[in-house]
Amino acid sequence: MWSLQRMLRQPLSRALALSPSRLAPLTARKFADQVQAQPDNVELFIDDKPVSVPPGTTVLQAAAQIGVEIPRFCYHERLAVAGNCRMCLVEVEKSPKPIAACAMPVMKGMRVKTNSDLTRKAREGVMEFLLVNHPLDCPICDQGGECDLQDQSMAFGSDKSRFTDIHFSGKRAVEDKDVGPLIKTIMTRCIHCTRCIRFASEVAGVDDFGTTGRGTDMQVGTYVEKMFLSELSGNIIDLCPVGALTSKPYSFAARPWETRRIDSVDVLDPLGSNIVVATRTNEVLRILPRTNEEINEEWLSDKSRFACDGLKRQRLVTPMIADSRGNLTPVEWEEAIVAAARALRDCPPNKLLAVAGELADAESLVALKDLVNRLGSENACTEQYFPLEGAGTDLRSSYVLNTKIANVEDADFVLLIGTNVRFEAPLLNARIRKAFIHKETDIASIGPKVDLTYEYIHVGDSASIVKDFATGSSSHEALKRLESAKRPVVIIGADQLKTPEGPALLAYTQELALRLQDKLADKEWKVLNVLQRTASQVAALDIGYTPGVGKYLQDGPKVVFLLGADAGVVTREALPKDCVVIYQGHHGDAGAAIADIVLPGAAYTEKRGTFVNAEGRAQQTLPAVTPPGKAREDWKIIREFQIPRFCAAWIQRLPATRLMSSVHLVGGRPMLRLPVRGAIPAFLGTPTSILSPNYVPDCHSSFATR
Amino acid sequence: MFKILDKAKTLLLKRNISTSGRLRSEELFVHRDSKDNNPQTPFDFSEANLKRLAAVIQNYPEGAQRSALSAALDIAQRQIGWLPISAMHKIAELLSVPRMRVYEWATFYTMIKRKFRGKFNIKVCVTTPCMLRGSDCILQVVEEETCCTVGNVSKDGLFGVDIVQCQGACVNAPVVVVDDDYYEDVTIADVQNIIQCLKSGGIPQWGPLSGRFASEPISGPTTLLTPPPQPGFGIQEALLTPSCNPGNPCAPSTK
Repeated sequence: MWSLQRMLRQPLSRALALSPSRLAPLTARKFADQVQAQPDNVELFIDDKPVSVPPGTTVLQAAAQIGVEIPRFCYHERLAVAGNCRMCLVEVEKSPKPIAACAMPVMKGMRVKTNSDLTRKAREGVMEFLLVNHPLDCPICDQGGECDLQDQSMAFGSDKSRFTDIHFSGKRAVEDKDVGPLIKTIMTRCIHCTRCIRFASEVAGVDDFGTTGRGTDMQVGTYVEKMFLSELSGNIIDLCPVGALTSKPYSFAARPWETRRIDSVDVLDPLGSNIVVATRTNEVLRILPRTNEEINEEWLSDKSRFACDGLKRQRLVTPMIADSRGNLTPVEWEEAIVAAARALRDCPPNKLLAVAGELADAESLVALKDLVNRLGSENACTEQYFPLEGAGTDLRSSYVLNTKIANVEDADFVLLIGTNVRFEAPLLNARIRKAFIHKETDIASIGPKVDLTYEYIHVGDSASIVKDFATGSSSHEALKRLESAKRPVVIIGADQLKTPEGPALLAYTQELALRLQDKLADKEWKVLNVLQRTASQVAALDIGYTPGVGKYLQDGPKVVFLLGADAGVVTREALPKDCVVIYQGHHGDAGAAIADIVLPGAAYTEKRGTFVNAEGRAQQTLPAVTPPGKAREDWKIIREFQIPRFCAAWIQRLPATRLMSSVHLVGGRPMLRLPVRGAIPAFLGTPTSILSPNYVPDCHSSFATR
Repeated sequence: MFKILDKAKTLLLKRNISTSGRLRSEELFVHRDSKDNNPQTPFDFSEANLKRLAAVIQNYPEGAQRSALSAALDIAQRQIGWLPISAMHKIAELLSVPRMRVYEWATFYTMIKRKFRGKFNIKVCVTTPCMLRGSDCILQVVEEETCCTVGNVSKDGLFGVDIVQCQGACVNAPVVVVDDDYYEDVTIADVQNIIQCLKSGGIPQWGPLSGRFASEPISGPTTLLTPPPQPGFGIQEALLTPSCNPGNPCAPSTK
């Protein structure tokens, strides 16, 4: 059935001209070139400087190419052009009126004057009109200091005000809207740029925002009281050029110039979105997206953005040991370390189990595996299961997103198997939606019927369909489309693989992908994608962890080391009575609740840790704040066990204080510096796949920029 | 003290951007559920109106049903006289557009009534030509006769009075519009008659009430009093083509 979603789809030429400069530099673009030969460039003059751009480029983009910044409010590179704020008016020679640079395509020989008297006058006029109805509440506005209106009125506004009737009650006032617990609205500040409306309808796919009324009465809102129910809703806070939409949790918290901003990487979904952590006085105040064209563009999912308040609550701040009644009691580090080390030492190697949770960084994963291996055990596993039948996790390509997130945009047919991408990886879903709208990509889904914000062919909800697809025995339209596609993509959700039919599902998916891959003319294109659910899984599998705990739990382990394993797959009921559970992590959750020894670790904002995202890209978080209380960086904690282990007899002879000082000596050695290319420090363990010659570290990740 | 200073300032500074108050709509541009206007308010298109709507949708190419939005809103409003939010939802569903796009449309156009405006919605034009021809008095009489102030509905639910801007019948000012019927050239007595007639259940004859047929001058024609000259009038004989020659039997006949 036809729906409005399809109406947003634009002609291909328009889509390609969307923003050639910002979106084009990736490898992705080469496919676009195949579709349409690039016509000759157009030469124009901006402030008498010649610039040559492809036809269809707007004046504003052309000016940006030679470093001339034209002020704007409504224009945004990643949204459709609205042209309603008029701030980008510029003079063009032989044009009777100034033109809106954001909407005007370049023409041959055009002479644009971005700094002429007429242009300046136009800007001042627009600015004056905007400010007539804008409240003068900058001192209490959360946008203050990072407000486009503030900045541009300083740079381009008039130097004096003609607004004298401050007691005249005719200034426009608009009632605030309630759009949920995340976004605070002060609608009187709204300048009607409609960015939020366009974002909601184009990127988020939730058509809830719009303008009601007209003229002076026009207001932006939802008309009915309604929550902005999108997993990308927080982005409208960043998009809003004024303080109309601000972050509710962050309201009145800090000024932007007071905060320290640390570039980091998000770990709350498998994509590893690039983020900026804004801190003040050792407290994470907010998290903002950082542009990375290949992962998150400049968006961020709400979970990643708003979860930072959890970093202050329910933290493990001190080592703890369960007393005789089973209550966890705070102890000193050496006591906890020695207790844990004794438990590890006294444990038969085959009864030792290490379980890595979803937020573990690669360094601590390596350290833990190293520890377990040196104790003679191979029992290091992750909470998340992945079938080991067939090639299992031997080949990296069988458990990552091979197509790469950015390239999904260039797919012409996407098949989703058992995954609700919208919630598992919101920004991947935003990519698919972008492809759906701008590139005529079609999508089919096998799995429960859910709202993915775009139209898709719902093939069914049975795993047997995948078998039919793999063997080619299905006559479904989606299979035909998939087979005829030039750049097909198959994405299977890792959560589906833990079901009993998981191995078969994976095998058939691989078979299907292989069959499609063989037929492709473009041998570079990758079809098979496994969408992991957690930030740690790919690194853990790279390092050589066994996915899933099931097998090991049946063996009745004597000591279980949980490295942030909070998903609840290891429960007290499943363990023998006398089993010692060591939990290392940063939050008091399911893992700490069953632990006998708790070792407080650092959260992702507090440590320098490597995370490998779902597409296999290694990126590094940087410490923005120090861990709370006695908590320490994770790999250092694990590293401390190595000393007692080497000299078991030595532990028993030395007084605890002496032991601790030697531990500190090791922990404090100048070995904290990670090599620049994202490799794991050599002392941490034997080289694993992350260090293998085939592994190409990513120069776009945060390593290169630091 | 400050007040005096301010007054002095306003006298001295004559450079205010705006010196007159702004006319704002009385309407609310957000929706609040009420007893008679909420998503559960019963609304369904009648059979005939559904057919009408289908015919309108058919005018547009596949995939552009949303073009029928204004027609759909109009049909719905004609069916029950106003447009509850449930009707907007129904239309959104029928045209498969997001509800917000229907709200946008319905709030943009003033002829769409988002609340009950009486059995007869009386609209008094107050734009300049009508104002010059006494629309202020007309409005006052309308308010008195209907026992209803502007923007409200009379107690019996019979009348709703609105001020409107130009209705495009300036030649016949002042104009009072009842639903779709234009009453032009109205006087105070005319207005009283119209409202009495409406109260007693009748529909008064619409059109100019001054005896004019349409918008011709009230004192009879002032121009074009003689029949227009024939083709070829004033042209020297030598230039006349045979068809223009009055002697030509093929030339168009004139009376």
